[in-house]
Amino acid sequence: MTASGAAIVAQGLRKRYRDRFALDGFDLRVDAGTVCGLLGPNGAGKTTSVRILSTLLRLDGGRAEVAGFDVTRQPDQVRYRIGLVGQHPALDEALSGRQNLVLFGRLFHLGRRRARQRAGELLERFGLDDVGERPVRTYSGGMRRRLDLASGMILAPAVLFLDEPTTGLDPRGRNEVWVSIRELIRAGTTVLLTTQHLDEADQLADRISVVEAGRVIAEGTPDALKARLGGDRIELVVTDAADLATAVAQVRRVVDDEPTVDADRRAVSVGVGHRAGALVEVLRALDTAQVAVADVALRRPTLDDVFLHLTGHRAIQEVTA
Amino acid sequence: MSTTLPSAVDLTPGRPAALTDSGTLVWRGLARWRRDPGPLVASLGFTILIVLIFAYLFGGALQVPGGGSYREFLMPGMFVMTMVFGISLTTIAVAEDLERGITDRLRAMPVSPLAPLVARAVTDMLFAVVTLAVLLAAGLAVGWRAHGGAGATLGAVGLILLLRFALVWVGIFLGLVTRGQTAVVAVQTLEFPLGFLSNAFVAPATMPAWLSAVAAWNPLSATVGATRELFGNPGWGGDSWAAQHYPWLAVVWPIALVAVFLPLSVARYRRLAG
Repeated sequence: MTASGAAIVAQGLRKRYRDRFALDGFDLRVDAGTVCGLLGPNGAGKTTSVRILSTLLRLDGGRAEVAGFDVTRQPDQVRYRIGLVGQHPALDEALSGRQNLVLFGRLFHLGRRRARQRAGELLERFGLDDVGERPVRTYSGGMRRRLDLASGMILAPAVLFLDEPTTGLDPRGRNEVWVSIRELIRAGTTVLLTTQHLDEADQLADRISVVEAGRVIAEGTPDALKARLGGDRIELVVTDAADLATAVAQVRRVVDDEPTVDADRRAVSVGVGHRAGALVEVLRALDTAQVAVADVALRRPTLDDVFLHLTGHRAIQEVTA
Repeated sequence: MSTTLPSAVDLTPGRPAALTDSGTLVWRGLARWRRDPGPLVASLGFTILIVLIFAYLFGGALQVPGGGSYREFLMPGMFVMTMVFGISLTTIAVAEDLERGITDRLRAMPVSPLAPLVARAVTDMLFAVVTLAVLLAAGLAVGWRAHGGAGATLGAVGLILLLRFALVWVGIFLGLVTRGQTAVVAVQTLEFPLGFLSNAFVAPATMPAWLSAVAAWNPLSATVGATRELFGNPGWGGDSWAAQHYPWLAVVWPIALVAVFLPLSVARYRRLAG
């Protein structure tokens, strides 16, 4: 571990694919024992940065240290100290859950006996001991992910990389995985988590780094970032187009933020600081002004809002949660 | 360093070693067979089926040069063809590990970079030995015999396995460079011209001149020709330089293939890091 207490330090990382920079001056610092969420759309450079930090990819420029070791010069030292859980479970489908864990334990050079003991321990901890003898191909999506997590935790690594750990899972599977991740976090593992979903970063991360075009463009606690976004938004649709101007005027009166208007949809949208309080005030003001409201919603900021706000353009290939 | 997820097990890793890692991954291959013998049994069943089809269905329609036994003529070709069909088994296994992310997991672990490739080669050679044993038994069952004595017979078996070893490295390389199902189908499709453009089933002399030259120089023809001689089974003969030197070529060709495809595979594996 470096004296400063950082588990991950990346400085000016560059990675080029042909004529395109996947990473272009990527800086990141994650303190030991904390969870950092890398938030960004497809192609922003999230996976590339994780692959470089986990020694899977060579970097073209900059330097990176993980668990106190340089990823380029001391890759094996890094490898003994990290766990990597990718977007799809990397497991042998034909083998049982237990056999997978024994295999990876032996490949971490624990030897046959200790690999077996550790496999038993992890199956129990991840709630898989009753399915440990079944081939992985019979597992549910959530079970696979938990086994994948367990495979990444064999040496109790100091740093765990989770690359979109809930991609393709149904809500139940996602919850199962979140529970397991929280347990690892409580045990003190430093986690670098990539995600396209703000709510996932919100649920799990201490700090969030927003990635676009191969660099970190904003960084902070989830609350701080959302505050920069203007927090939640109220979206309302008036019944009669003639009322639109009145509605905007009323919204301006009770909310600080400048509302945006979509005349075609007869919709008004505005950022609000105090969620429920603002909603009540807006509705009361509209009621007093006798504006009939067809629809109203209080919406949390989405990744798209983050991008709109930080970059002035929409996230490309937005994937909805 | 803070230890996370406390464990009753001592998690101090032992010394890394390429040989140990290879052994562990061979263990994985064998464990897969035990868990899921279906594909292997199917592959062996297919092999036996082909022998039976050729021996009983086509056998009556084909004339053997010099009037020898058709089944005696057939079997060396079958042995070698089966080794060729093994290429796609290797390619699929390698491509699957890449696609499923297992290769990446191993690369993010302190595993020797040679181990996955060596383990693949060893595992596939073990299966080749089993397959060849089944084929030899099937051949004996339909009336094929080796007439050359123990030394010559062992030599022939050795040449067949040597060819398989070379083709394993071809298969590993193809598995590392191909992406997706269509590529694997392409490899499977290529096995047919590679196999049939040889002296295994058809006399090169009956082919158009340029095809005949290709067939004569096909590495498979060398192994088929050499094993026919060593087993004392009937063959086509042939007056090309290649046909006159099949025993030598049956050694030189596989070694040349390994000399090309083993380093290519290792280089390709290292280049996965971009």
